Amino acid sequence: MEAMQPFHDIAADPKAYARAWKERTGGKVIGTLCSYAPEELILAAGALGFRIVGGSGAISKADVHLQAYSCSLVRGALEDALDNQLDFLDGAVFPHTCDSIQRLSDIWRMNAKTGFHLDVVLPVKLNTASARDYMTAVMAKARSELGGMLGQTIADDDIRQAIDTYNRIRAKMETLYTLRRDCPGVIAGGDVHAITRAAMVMDRHDFLKGLSKVVDGVSAAAKAFSGPDPKRIFLSGGVCNLPDIYGPIEASGGAVVGDDLCTGSRQMLGAIDDQDDLIEAIGRRYMERAVCPAKHAGIRTRGEELVRRARAAKAQGVIFLYLKFCDPHAFDYPYLKDMLTAEGIPTLLVELEEQTASDGQFQTRCEAFMEML
Amino acid sequence: MSDQEKTIDPEKERRKIKSVKTMKDIMTHYYIEAKTAEETGKKVAWITSGGPVEPLIAMDVIPVYPENHGAMIGASKMGTDLCEKAEGMGYSGDLCTYALADIACSTVNGGPIGGLPKPDMLVCGNNICGTVLKWYEVQARYYDVPLFILDTPFCHTEFSDEARQYVRRQIDEYLVFLETVCGKKCDHDHLRDVGRLSMEGQRLWQAVLDTTMNKPAPMSAFDAFFHLALIVTLRGTQTVVDYYTGLLEEMKNRVAEGISAVPEERYRLLWDNLPIWFKTRWLSDKFAAHKACLVADTYTSAWCGSLPYLDENNFLESMAEGYSRIYLNIGTDRMAEMVVEMIDKYEVDGLVMHSNRSCKPYSLGQYDIARIVQEKRGLPTLIIEANMTDARSFSESQIDTRIDAFMEVLKG
Ligand code: SF4
Ligand code: SF4
Repeated sequence: MEAMQPFHDIAADPKAYARAWKERTGGKVIGTLCSYAPEELILAAGALGFRIVGGSGAISKADVHLQAYSCSLVRGALEDALDNQLDFLDGAVFPHTCDSIQRLSDIWRMNAKTGFHLDVVLPVKLNTASARDYMTAVMAKARSELGGMLGQTIADDDIRQAIDTYNRIRAKMETLYTLRRDCPGVIAGGDVHAITRAAMVMDRHDFLKGLSKVVDGVSAAAKAFSGPDPKRIFLSGGVCNLPDIYGPIEASGGAVVGDDLCTGSRQMLGAIDDQDDLIEAIGRRYMERAVCPAKHAGIRTRGEELVRRARAAKAQGVIFLYLKFCDPHAFDYPYLKDMLTAEGIPTLLVELEEQTASDGQFQTRCEAFMEML
Repeated sequence: MSDQEKTIDPEKERRKIKSVKTMKDIMTHYYIEAKTAEETGKKVAWITSGGPVEPLIAMDVIPVYPENHGAMIGASKMGTDLCEKAEGMGYSGDLCTYALADIACSTVNGGPIGGLPKPDMLVCGNNICGTVLKWYEVQARYYDVPLFILDTPFCHTEFSDEARQYVRRQIDEYLVFLETVCGKKCDHDHLRDVGRLSMEGQRLWQAVLDTTMNKPAPMSAFDAFFHLALIVTLRGTQTVVDYYTGLLEEMKNRVAEGISAVPEERYRLLWDNLPIWFKTRWLSDKFAAHKACLVADTYTSAWCGSLPYLDENNFLESMAEGYSRIYLNIGTDRMAEMVVEMIDKYEVDGLVMHSNRSCKPYSLGQYDIARIVQEKRGLPTLIIEANMTDARSFSESQIDTRIDAFMEVLKG
């Protein structure tokens, strides 16, 4: 599909895109470190939010600051920063999430030259009234601090418009996810990956336009689609920065019908309901959307959510994709697996390191898993 | 028998800290009380080492510390076995080994004391790490008991007003939680007294640690690792105050009599991070052989670090700040400043960092701290990569060589 090309181009080299965008528009680019970064505020300020996921090469400069037992996201992101690959950034926003990102923020603030540094110290609990109030206060603080760092005030109207844009993007993504679920194979996993990857770095207005075209095309294709009956796979886990995980899944007869990845549906879905207090509304989405394992919304919330979503997607199997040394996910794995097993849904755990996906071993494991389903 | 008598070295005997026995008795008594709670009708709460224990003491709930238990498991060299067991349950071996050992121990009642008493509730303070949050979620599912989380926003560069209000409100929520689980009201006058005792205990513990400003130091960080248990587990009780009063006496007497922890102390070092529990004796002997004493550490002083923020006359109000601004909940640059302050205070010649694979919030950032120490004070750092409870990643011969090389540098 022709409409996909821009997404693949951006996914292949997001940094080049951000640099060109900056040159073209004269706007500011702000790096974000996790899906809890309040992107709506960045957009409202007229800046480009750029999700940093690292992983573009070998680690050397970051090794001076980080032990080898930190995850590849944290090490890769710092490597990019110290290697001046992120010199187009005007600032970086660090939401509080896991222990590793928490320390990365300090190390980054002390060593990286990527403009201003903003810590958004979110609550870790998401299910109490006081945490909700604190979330609102943190969002309000982020709004004024971000504005201050950019030398402007972020107006209500701009926030309203940004919310509107994000709601449209998220609604379209929801449609795309539904199409993929109802008609597996109608869009390749690699395409969805390119779209989500672009969603995190592309001018959000342009992204919405391009996405709408793709979704129209996929809807049309879905009406007449007939293909082999693939094994329905749900992906669960953290950051997936590796496009080549989809190839092996599809080559072994599977198709991804849903995910809860932090670089997937976790960041892409969930509308902001409009209401009087815009800041509270933004905060509320972060409280209520699919929860990250570094946050707490109840002792079984993530398991129940995963089971519900895997069932809704009629998943025949769940593949867990975790980065090595990722604590929050590793703590949840045994109970998530048990809950799925109790539902009769088989699982496969894949611990990703940089080269995992392409080394053939992943392909072999996928094949064995598909045969089992 | 007679062989043993012959080997008793009077010099060594003189050097032994006499309070150790009292401490062991107190801890034994404490664990017996905790393990028989079911019979005595007392409630048991599991709580994190940085958690708000004073309200538990005030409510007559027995606080139990899985982390202290983890240390005991490590010291009795049972860590590797339990960690392997946790891996068999599906947990990654790269996780915090306190958590791994505890999670596995619960299912088999293993470890040196046959497992911890079953909790009636769990109290988790995330001021030390995000690991305890996940760990306590696991245990809340396993034991099916209520979980309270004290969420203390991380202080990268500041403790914001928003955070202060949020934590303050949670202190009230905590009291309501305890009243519900215990089925009785909290006596605020009693809580105030407990707060006072807690601060008194912290002051005394700091005074004990400060005796190592003397040259030679009457005790070492290895002794501190041992005597720490009380300020962690029983702060807020008279027992702690009495014990540390006695220990402080003993240290002062040692100073007066010139009894040092390390014979002929020549080099003074600062330890960073948790102890390597299964190797404390080996490390202590190793450094002592070089006439080096680890006179202070960043770990044991963490339990009195919030004294400046606590208010004896307004304990409940000040808890929010006191529990948020502890050593591990602050930015790496602030930690580096505190390390430099300790270097000056205890007049140390070098830094020994345990890069602890188990504990990311403590270990990530150490390289920068070492660099800052080098820049500001020109002191060298030895980094030992290990894991506090699990011996599998400890390479003794390599570390042995590196300590020798480091000491050569110090000796110049
Ligand atoms: S992958 Fe895990 S450890 Fe790494 S940044 Fe994400 S949550 Fe943290
Ligand atoms: S050792 Fe570190 S990760 Fe483990 S419980 Fe303690 S502070 Fe948390």
